Amino acid sequence: MWQYLVDRRELIAFQAYQHVSLVVQCVLLATVIGVGLAVLAYRSPRITGLANGVSAIGLTIPSFALLGLLLAPFGFGITPAVVAVVFYAALPVLRNAVVGLAGVDQSLVESARGIGMSRWATLRRVELPLAWPVILAGVRVSTQMVMGIAAVAAYVLGPGLGSLIFSGLSRLGGANALNATLVGTIAIVLLALVLDVVLVVVGRLTTSRGIRV
Amino acid sequence: MSEPTLTDQRTVSGVSIRLEGVTKRYPGQRGPAVDAVDLEIAAGETVMFVGPSGCGKTTLLKMLNRLIEPSGGKIFLGDEDVTGQDPDQLRRRIGYVIQAGGLFPHMTVGTNVGLVPGMLGWDRKRIAERTDELLDLVGLDPEVYRDRYPKELSGGQQQRVGVARALAADPPVLLMDEPFGAVDPITRQRLQDELLRIQEELGKTIVFVTHDFDEAVKLGDRIVVFDVGARVVQYDTPEAILAEPAEDYVADFVGAGATLKQLTLTRVSDTDLHTPVTAAVGEDSAAVVARAEAAGERYVVVVDGRGRPVSWPSVAELSRTTSVPGTRDERLPVVGLRSTLNDALDTMLAASQGGVVVTGRRDTVAGVLVVEQVMAAIQSTRNEVRG
Repeated sequence: MWQYLVDRRELIAFQAYQHVSLVVQCVLLATVIGVGLAVLAYRSPRITGLANGVSAIGLTIPSFALLGLLLAPFGFGITPAVVAVVFYAALPVLRNAVVGLAGVDQSLVESARGIGMSRWATLRRVELPLAWPVILAGVRVSTQMVMGIAAVAAYVLGPGLGSLIFSGLSRLGGANALNATLVGTIAIVLLALVLDVVLVVVGRLTTSRGIRV
Repeated sequence: MSEPTLTDQRTVSGVSIRLEGVTKRYPGQRGPAVDAVDLEIAAGETVMFVGPSGCGKTTLLKMLNRLIEPSGGKIFLGDEDVTGQDPDQLRRRIGYVIQAGGLFPHMTVGTNVGLVPGMLGWDRKRIAERTDELLDLVGLDPEVYRDRYPKELSGGQQQRVGVARALAADPPVLLMDEPFGAVDPITRQRLQDELLRIQEELGKTIVFVTHDFDEAVKLGDRIVVFDVGARVVQYDTPEAILAEPAEDYVADFVGAGATLKQLTLTRVSDTDLHTPVTAAVGEDSAAVVARAEAAGERYVVVVDGRGRPVSWPSVAELSRTTSVPGTRDERLPVVGLRSTLNDALDTMLAASQGGVVVTGRRDTVAGVLVVEQVMAAIQSTRNEVRG
């Protein structure tokens, strides 16, 4: 396996880069979408319930099936991969953002309004910063989850380490087939761990010292 | 008993508030929560809203800064009708203090205090200066507290910062919604003293909601007693309400023992304070002892560089040291000049001491008050009531 790695280090490094790049960009987009939807939803208990329902049910859809269904409108390539990864990544963020925003002490919101902050300023300067640790926990869950889902995206010819796994699995028994599968899988696990550490550091840097536990 | 002198030479930076037929109706409720209230609050006065819970006093308060939109009526600040004004702009001109201060935990003390000036577009340097000035005003050393987070402060300190934040942009009106409800009695009394001291310096128009009638008597120039629907039952000075409750309802609310409540009306500053021998931290002990003995004193008040009391040792204790120690006595009984005799007595009992140190402006020593003087005051009040 070592020889396999050394021989193809450039290809593997490129696919690893593509994989991380896909995941990071999709998670960023998903965070914007998830937090945005949560901001629209959290003030109304009915819509909050709906949002939580959607995120719970959405996560039960098998990723393989969803990717297959996305082939019809988008064809093969990056687009269906991105759509699927963003979809899954947005769900935990949405759920945590709703919980985090709803958990902000109402007396602080009133206090913000009482000293003359507009609705928007209250959200931006008080509610989002206070909900941020919870939102970020959702982002971490999302990132871990979609590292795996992005691998499945290779099925629709999306970018990343998934192609190693799929090509290995399709030739199982052939030369280097097992090596390809194993290298792809282990690389994804390792990269997921690295990303998680990065997110922990981001959390430390972006959470106010006043609300760190 | 002398009348509290409210009007002589007092700084007034507040404006008057006038309510005309202010009403709040909630859909699906039978009666209005606030029913056509007319009220006029003079500039620079502290007016206390008291009444049973659910009487609409908090709703009325929140309509003043339009956290709750009135269903009808008009609100004037000075001569200006603010009923139709943009609520965010309006609120930046009205200080607002809630229970526990309502500080934002993710911002430092300095940032919290500087929020309103920031929204008003002050420049950075002016905000920083103002922040320090206000922390100083509420008795917190800016160097120590400016960069701390609220969780690193005690409840009482958080409340002080809350008051500083409300005063940051120098608003003419201050609204306080049961601000001292969540702190222990000793801290509450100190915060009340602090508020009286600040108010003496600034002369804002303060509207203060409380359910504690003693607090209302202590802090208020006038008290409004509300009944359900924010019906104004009586609006008068504390003295007048205690002496002549307008209805049985008020008498019940004021409670029994109103004669002893007169003690709440006597301020520490109304009594003849004893001037103690003071010593600065680090001064030569022998010199201080000699000074105290010459004055015939058995105790000495030790003060820090800014004249604030630190400890209150006996001459015997001091004579055992070479220089005056700077150790702060955390249990030192202290009350403000505007504290009531009730507070002074409470403080003495809590500290198991026969006297209290009285502080004036910026917490400097103004004198000491001993238990005998309080007893004498009680005696004379009882005689007055009997006679």
